[in-house]
Amino acid sequence: MNWLSLETLALIFAGLTAFAILLYAMLDGYDLGVGVTLNMKNEAWRDNAIASIGPFWDANETWLVLAVGLLLVAFPAAHSEILKSLYLPAAAMLVGLILRGVAFDFRAKVKPKRKIIWDRTFKAGSFIAAFSQGFMLGLYVMGLDYTWVSTMFSIFSGICVTAAYALIGSAWLFLKTSGELQRHALAQCKKMGVIAFSGILGVSLINPLVNVNVYQIWTQPPFAYFYAIIPLLCFGMFLLGYTVIKHFEKCVNIDEEKGHWLPFLICCVIFITCFIGLAVSFYPFVVPNQMTIFDAASAPESLNIIFIGACLVIPIIACYTVFCYFVFRGKADSLQYY
Amino acid sequence: MDVLLLSRIQFAANISFHILFPTITIALGWLLFYFKLRFNFSKHPVWMRAYRFWVKVFALTFALGVVSGITMSFQFGTNWPGFMETVGNIAGPLLAYEILTAFFLEATLLGVMLFGINRVPNWAHTLATFLVAFGTTMSAFWILVLNSWMHTPVGFEMREGVAHATDWLAIIFNPSFPYRFSHTLLSSALTVCFLVAGISAYRILKGDAKKAPNVALRTAIFGAALVAPLQAFVGDLHGLNTLEHQPAKIAAIEGVWETERGAPLVLFALPNEETKRNDYAIEIPKLASLILTHELDGELQGLNEFEGAHPPVKPLFFGFRIMVGIGLLMIAVSWWCTYSLKRHKRLSKLQLQVLIGMTFSGWVATLAGWYVTEIGRQPYLIHGVLKTADAVTDIASSNVALTLAVYLSIYVLLLIAYVKTLYGLASKSVDVEEYDLSLPGLPERKANLHSYRNTNYTNNSEVGA
Repeated sequence: MNWLSLETLALIFAGLTAFAILLYAMLDGYDLGVGVTLNMKNEAWRDNAIASIGPFWDANETWLVLAVGLLLVAFPAAHSEILKSLYLPAAAMLVGLILRGVAFDFRAKVKPKRKIIWDRTFKAGSFIAAFSQGFMLGLYVMGLDYTWVSTMFSIFSGICVTAAYALIGSAWLFLKTSGELQRHALAQCKKMGVIAFSGILGVSLINPLVNVNVYQIWTQPPFAYFYAIIPLLCFGMFLLGYTVIKHFEKCVNIDEEKGHWLPFLICCVIFITCFIGLAVSFYPFVVPNQMTIFDAASAPESLNIIFIGACLVIPIIACYTVFCYFVFRGKADSLQYY
Repeated sequence: MDVLLLSRIQFAANISFHILFPTITIALGWLLFYFKLRFNFSKHPVWMRAYRFWVKVFALTFALGVVSGITMSFQFGTNWPGFMETVGNIAGPLLAYEILTAFFLEATLLGVMLFGINRVPNWAHTLATFLVAFGTTMSAFWILVLNSWMHTPVGFEMREGVAHATDWLAIIFNPSFPYRFSHTLLSSALTVCFLVAGISAYRILKGDAKKAPNVALRTAIFGAALVAPLQAFVGDLHGLNTLEHQPAKIAAIEGVWETERGAPLVLFALPNEETKRNDYAIEIPKLASLILTHELDGELQGLNEFEGAHPPVKPLFFGFRIMVGIGLLMIAVSWWCTYSLKRHKRLSKLQLQVLIGMTFSGWVATLAGWYVTEIGRQPYLIHGVLKTADAVTDIASSNVALTLAVYLSIYVLLLIAYVKTLYGLASKSVDVEEYDLSLPGLPERKANLHSYRNTNYTNNSEVGA
């Protein structure tokens, strides 16, 4: 029953896993970003901000389950190798995700005086999850090796990823809210944009310096010219984003302006280019410099079975996801349970 | 402690905490769909009131289930790499199908179900409720396929120490799957019936004279009265299936140390692993043989035939008795309450208190049953194929110990918060108005609301006519 060869399947599943990770980073990225930037002084803002992600966060988090699940089933050896090295930061991330996820529901259901406790938990959980994801990314870039240098770099990467999430989260808030909170989100965009920009610049410079392979990929013609589009596009987006923010800042009445979706779209392109940049740097390795996707892939007959299922089901998932975003389009209103 | 024991405790802790929530959401999803259908057909707002209260519980429970479930997908690789190395070709597709066909469906449409009632047509909201319930059940389907396969592995061949699938239909419908799947779904139904009955009884005792808690209470009691005996029947079939495929597990459950004919049913005892006999046993002669072989003198294999390869006796022996004891209590209480509801149209204070006491009885029975079946698989991880000890990780035990301690403390806190919030929601709803007449899709015949036949037995004077 083998329709596709192991090489093809390894490529397809690497692509699928990467796709799931990217979608997770963008989608749950904005959830976590909204959590990280939650304003502890203004309860109405908090309600509004959390209402804007209410109908989406569960599904967004499922992309992480899919990403880890695909890594587990398609590249079991890599799953165990990577996650064993990342055991403690991964556990920290899980704790963060647990706290964030439950705080979401508890805050709406406990007595009013306890709500603030769960709001703090929500913010802290989002921060822990975002930071540990960045920390893990840093360790991965440094070859999953715990040294003094790699730990410092991972902390740096943790801060950058948190800022990037805060950036896309603020852009999401700008899209989904109005009035004071929307202005506040715009200001957050600017602040977080600066940190994320310097972070991405830093990682882009350090990554080729510590990984010889990466250096070669990005400097050897003719591909290097082609690859150069990626960082150019990414930093171009930051520039575009800056002008867009400037434009909205000058507006007296933002409601009358069009293009509230623009900052969010720009953030998405930034996430996509960064992700492609990383993917180009590490291909064909799934564990940096140790294990390629072809070494790690599981048996072709099982991958074929999953591939058929994925082809049938992913379009359906896409349909109802689009339906859900369509139902909750426009500015978020206060969440009412039914 | 070594990494094997720590990893086992950690996995058990994570899955025990996790299973509490899906056990509720699977059946509660269907109960909500039932409420919604009753509303659609009768247009009576009491069903929407019941829906509205229980959907909040559903949302909270679902969130806890989702976040505690993510932990599992990490643990497979970090703590049990041998599992995927050996049977990844079979477990992988099953897990992938669970994520693709169930997780996305329930997680995406949950948003529409919870917050979408004013944004989509009524039929679409009903459909979303149905699909969420369907998604939770699909997820139970796939994970129980995998779990059952670990107990009764078929449809594969071993090549160079790695399992390769040869027959997917045989894998999915493996011998213990139909029994385990129905037993689990029914246990979810019972857990939810007693949860709903308990919380509704709490509201009524707190002075909630509205119709909604009474309607929910009646639904739960009648549901339990039907499901509890059915569960006993299915449980018996599941036991016979286990006897066929995992006789050592049954021997430990029944406390049969030596193979014998006409084995007694041990009601209570202290199994002693050292002397290999039961201390202080209270037995009914020949009954175990009768139940398991349907003959008074049927032969039961004893633990002596599985020397060194049988599961620990005490947890199975006691776990089984806790599960069956609660099951029998559920039958008794649900029938007793059904009788009162049919005869007197109401429950006594004592009955309400008993129901409150049994609010979380389904959890205890589910966990006890789960421990019996999973510990009963030991020393194997996959029966006859892979031993648990051969699948464990090589990470430092201090790391596992640290994360275990963190997980455990979070779980305890969350469990307390969960139970407190449930009772908090119940108390809060006591003071809520009877009906929210701003509901979309409400009929014009509001005048008829109070003559609604199912709820006549409640405090009519306060509702008014």
